[in-house]
This record gives sequence, C-alpha cells and structure tokens, in this order.
Amino acid sequence: MRSLGAILKLRRGRKGPDGRRKMHLTDWLAYGYLAIGIVVMFGPVLWLVASSFKTPAGLLEFPPTALPYAQTTVPVEGYDEPLPLFDVTFEDGTERRMAQVRRIGIEAQMVDPDAPGEPITVNIDQREQVRELRLAWENYVDPLQRFNFLTYLRNSVVVTVVATIVTLIANSMAAFGLSKYKFRGRNAVFLLIIGTLMIPLSVILVPVYLVITEVGWVNNLWGVIIPGAATPTGVFLLRQYMLTIPDQLLDAGRIDGASEWRLYWQIVLPLSAPAMAVLAIFSVMWRWNDFLWPLIVLTRSELFTLQVGLNAFQGELNVQWHYVLAMTVLTLLPITMVFAFLQRFITTGIASSGVKQ
Amino acid sequence: MNRSAAPAPRPRRYTPGRAAFGVFAVVMTVIGWVIEPIQRLIGVRRMPWVFLLPNLAIFGVFILFPMVMNFYYAFTGGTALYPLERPFVGTQNFEQIYACGNYLNPATCNEDLFWRAVWNSFTFVAFHVAGLVFFALITALVLNARIVARGFFRSVYFYPVLLSPVVVGLIWKWILQRDGVLNGILVSLGFDRTLFLLNADWSMFWIIVVTIWANMGFHTLILLAGLQSIPKELYDAGSIDGTGPLQSFWHITLPLLMPNVVVVLVLAMIRAVQMFDLVYVLTGGGPGSATLLMVQYIYEVGFASQIQRFGLAASASVTLGVVLLIITLIQLRLTRGSESHLA
Repeated sequence: MRSLGAILKLRRGRKGPDGRRKMHLTDWLAYGYLAIGIVVMFGPVLWLVASSFKTPAGLLEFPPTALPYAQTTVPVEGYDEPLPLFDVTFEDGTERRMAQVRRIGIEAQMVDPDAPGEPITVNIDQREQVRELRLAWENYVDPLQRFNFLTYLRNSVVVTVVATIVTLIANSMAAFGLSKYKFRGRNAVFLLIIGTLMIPLSVILVPVYLVITEVGWVNNLWGVIIPGAATPTGVFLLRQYMLTIPDQLLDAGRIDGASEWRLYWQIVLPLSAPAMAVLAIFSVMWRWNDFLWPLIVLTRSELFTLQVGLNAFQGELNVQWHYVLAMTVLTLLPITMVFAFLQRFITTGIASSGVKQ
Repeated sequence: MNRSAAPAPRPRRYTPGRAAFGVFAVVMTVIGWVIEPIQRLIGVRRMPWVFLLPNLAIFGVFILFPMVMNFYYAFTGGTALYPLERPFVGTQNFEQIYACGNYLNPATCNEDLFWRAVWNSFTFVAFHVAGLVFFALITALVLNARIVARGFFRSVYFYPVLLSPVVVGLIWKWILQRDGVLNGILVSLGFDRTLFLLNADWSMFWIIVVTIWANMGFHTLILLAGLQSIPKELYDAGSIDGTGPLQSFWHITLPLLMPNVVVVLVLAMIRAVQMFDLVYVLTGGGPGSATLLMVQYIYEVGFASQIQRFGLAASASVTLGVVLLIITLIQLRLTRGSESHLA
C-alpha cells in the first residue's frame, strides 16, 4: 500500500536514508508497464518492417517467422531458372542436399546440383527446405519502377510543402491582423474563426466538393491544398503568440517609416518563429497523413497522394502484400525521421498548445 | 608581428538557411510592392482587413459558404451536384433517414445503413473514449512517477500518433489477417485460429483497440502536462495530515487533474465521432456493415456509390454536425463547472 503511493502521489526522486534511490514495488510495476508499452507500441511497426523484407512465398508461411527467411535457390546446369534447394533424407538414413526440378503431387523430382544427371523421384515428406536469411529488396525496388509510387510520393510532397507554405502565410497574416490592431469587428472575426474549430471537413463534404467542382479543381492538387489552408488552429496558435510581442516594437518601426507590411514580415514574423515552427510541424503532419479529402478530390491515379495510392493498392482484389508492406514502410519513414529528430520539440509543443487537429 | 591589423572579415558563406531567407525576403518585398500602395490608398486603420483577407477568403469560400449550402443540399433531392438543378424536396431526406419502425433495430428503418452506422458509432465512441482515457491516465501517471528516461518513454507512447491512419490501418490489417502474426502466436499457444476481421464482434473490438493504440499518446501528453502542474506542496501537506496514497489520489490528484481529463474526454469524443480513415482501411466498414461509422456512411452515400445521393449525405452531415455541437456545448458546460469548482 505504501509503495502504491509512489505512483499515486506522483513523487519523483525520493531517496532512501542512505541517500540512494530505492526500488519499490511500484517502480517495478511502472517499469513493467513501460516495457510492455515498448513492445505494444513499437512491435507492430517492427513487425511491418520485418515482414516487408520477406518474399511473397515467405509472407504466405504460417506460422510466420520473425526474420525474413527465404528458400535458397541454386543455378543448375541445364535448367534456365535457379532451382530451390532441399535436404533430402533417403530410406537408408543418408541425407543429401538436392535441387528440386519439379513437384508432381506428393512426389518431387530432385537432382544433384553439382552433378545434374537423371532426376531422382522422392516423396515430398522426405525433403526439407534449405533456407537462408535474405532481405527481399526487390519489394522496395519493384514498386518504384513498376507502379506510380514515385508519382504518389511527388504528389504528397507537393501537397505537403505548398499547403504548409500557404497555411503559414495566410494564418500568420490573419493572426497579425487580429493581434496587432484594434478595429471594429475584430472580436467578431476572431470568434467566427474559432467557432468553426468544431466544423470538420467531414461535416461539409458535399458543398465543399461543389465549390471544388465549380472552380475546376477536381483531379487537381490545388483542390486538396486550398480548402484546408485557413486552419482555425493555426490562427489561434499564432495570435496567442503574437499577443506577447510588445506593440512598442511596431510603433518604433512606424516612426522609422516602415510600412505595415514590413512591420509584419520584418518584425513580427521573425519573432514568431517558434509558433510558426509548431504550426509548420502540425501542417506537415496533417497534410502528409490526410486521406478522406484527397480520396474524394483525386480520382485519377497519376494524381494520387501516397495515402490514397496505398489504399488503392491494398484494396485490389489480389493484394500484393509484399509490395504494399514495403510501400507502407516507405510512407512512414519520413514521419519517423522527423519524429526521431524533433520528438522533444513536438511533444512539448503539443503539450503546451493542446492541439493536434 | 603586426598587432594592429584588423582580422579580415569572414567571407559570407552560402548556406541553405541563408538562401531560404533570401528567397523569403525577395518574395515578401515583391508582395510589399502590391500592399504598400494599398496602405497609402486606404490608410493604416483599414490595414488589418488586408491582412485578414487571404485567410478570410479561403475561410469564407471553403467553410462558411459550404456550411450554409449544406442545409440547401439537405433539403433538396436528385443526384445533381449543381444547386440549381436540384429540386426542393422539403424534409424528405431527413424523413428518409429518420423513418424507422424501431430505432434499436436498423433492419426496420428506411435507411438501415444509416442507423447501423449510428449505432456502430455509438458503440465505438463509448468504448474507444473510455479505453482511451483509462489507458492515457494510467500511462500519464506512470510517466509522471520517478522513472529514468522519461522523455524516451513519452516518445514511445507518442510515436503512433504521428503515423498516418492509412499506415496504421495497414499495419494492423497485416497483423490481424488470417495468416497473421497474432494468429501465429495464438495457434502456437494452442488456441484456434480466429478470423478477426471477418467476424462482426472481433472487428468492432479491434477497431476500438487499434484506434486507442494510435491516439493514446496524444491524450497522455495532455494529462501528463496537467499532472506536472500540480504543486508538490499539496502532497507534502497531505502526508503531514496523514493522507494515504489512495486518498491523496482521489482528493488531490484527480480533482486537480479534472480540467485536463475533461479536455481529453471531449477531444477524444469529437475525434471518435469523426473517425473514418483508419477504420476504412482496416475493415472497410465490414464485415458487412459491422464497423461502418457515420463519416463512412456519408462518404459511401455521397461519393463512393454509383448513384450519388448528395441530399442524404448532406442530411447525415447535418446530423453529425448536431452531435458535435452537443458535445461542444457539454464541454463548455463542464469546463465552466470545473472552473467554478476550483474557485
């Protein structure tokens, strides 16, 4: 009971009488919980990565192996394709490593890979696959050449970068107007923008689609980029930050004859860099991961973003999992790298602003 | 030795950062050539509207106007997208959606899919939010206890939040499929192989688990921030008064954390009501319509099916909007309540 308090009372760094930290039962419980957490949180992603290096035959195996084993094949004289290797146990107990020519029902024709003569027919129960650890890089290389993967990647990058720039400019201008001027209607505009925080795109899908159609942006990346650019979150975040910038700085600039526009981009924008960075990270995350709206706007496959393209692949009648898995890994790679470098920044940024979408 | 010689000025290096700033400055200067004459024309006092213009334009065209138009679509019929080609049908779309023999049994409803979606969403939101808040709270408490490498563990739980819903859906679809690793583990432990995504109850179970997995880290962060803002003196005072650990949890931690819990609860609820992409990829709403949620219904009716029934989609959207509004109002009420409680 006493040790339960360590968690419930949320104390850190309590030291024992000898000045050393003691491990209470609760500490063990806490670390146990965290250890399970690592497995549960990272395990699925690691499993995805491990699976993505398996050959199609390896993926079909049940129960699945953790590492990407593949059957060893050897080139044999007289045969065009490399033949799969097996360890064959004969009735007399001897064991030989042989290559399989073909399998007929429950029998298989095997040859000695070094001295391919007449094939020997053996029962399939007598042979066992020779396997080796092999990374099926072709899962990664093939989609790059055969499918539109690079096009999807390019579309995603274009959407993410352009949308983030548009969002940053439009939102910061609005935030500047709302925080650095007193004018009639200011509170009304601010409330109007904040009020729509609760109106997600999914509630107004049909009319937004109408607007996109009228503008001619169906099957156009602009149709994905612009509708979500006026984020209330961004305006709010930047406005709150800009309120902390002293107005005297702007007055000093005005006395020196700077135009309002220059006050905006030469004084306020550079000083708002931390908030802009947080919004930029959010925007990149939103846009890179966006799915429903691109799914509606983009119907031609050469315009698909990565998310829509991935979904199209996994929705095919004959899902080519070895490609889907590899492309999934490629899709989560950029976000994972951003996370690895910026995780402290992101987590504290989100904790302080309390927003994600 | 010549001491008086000044050090040669370091040559300015070309760096990507400088180049980006150069581009930024050039672009901003050029935009200024347009905006500065406007300022001379209309005066400084009207300048805020110029700054608000781009955002308000996008906002008006893509949010305000559609909000109004949504009602127009809800009260008009036909399959045409262009508003003037749509005949006025009054409340027919709503009647179509709400006409029901027994609301608890979607099969008796005109638009049975809509009510399946409503009840699925209801089940989903209830269990998802309960599980999410429960695990986020436990995780936040553990992360706030005296542990080493807290930053690392915080990131561990946060990592899935960044993954795209499509990616998360695919990861778990791969794990849960018939020959997947989960079945592999179960079979090696002597259990039967289960077709998780082809069984209605298991599908619902797994979309709840996976969405909790994907979103928990975000809510954990909010709760953790709340925990860390509780003054330690309160606990010291409590322990002087002989407060037990459970008591101090109930009487100190939980009340002080309540505002954050409410935020997490409402945020989780709002996002759960709008859940679409992850479930769409993981189960496709199936098997049958066992995991069809409201947004997917809107998408299917309005966009995915051959006959695009925009009116039905819009009236379902209005329903969704009302649900979100109610949740928001409850939040406003609750947060006001908790503030007065603290004061």
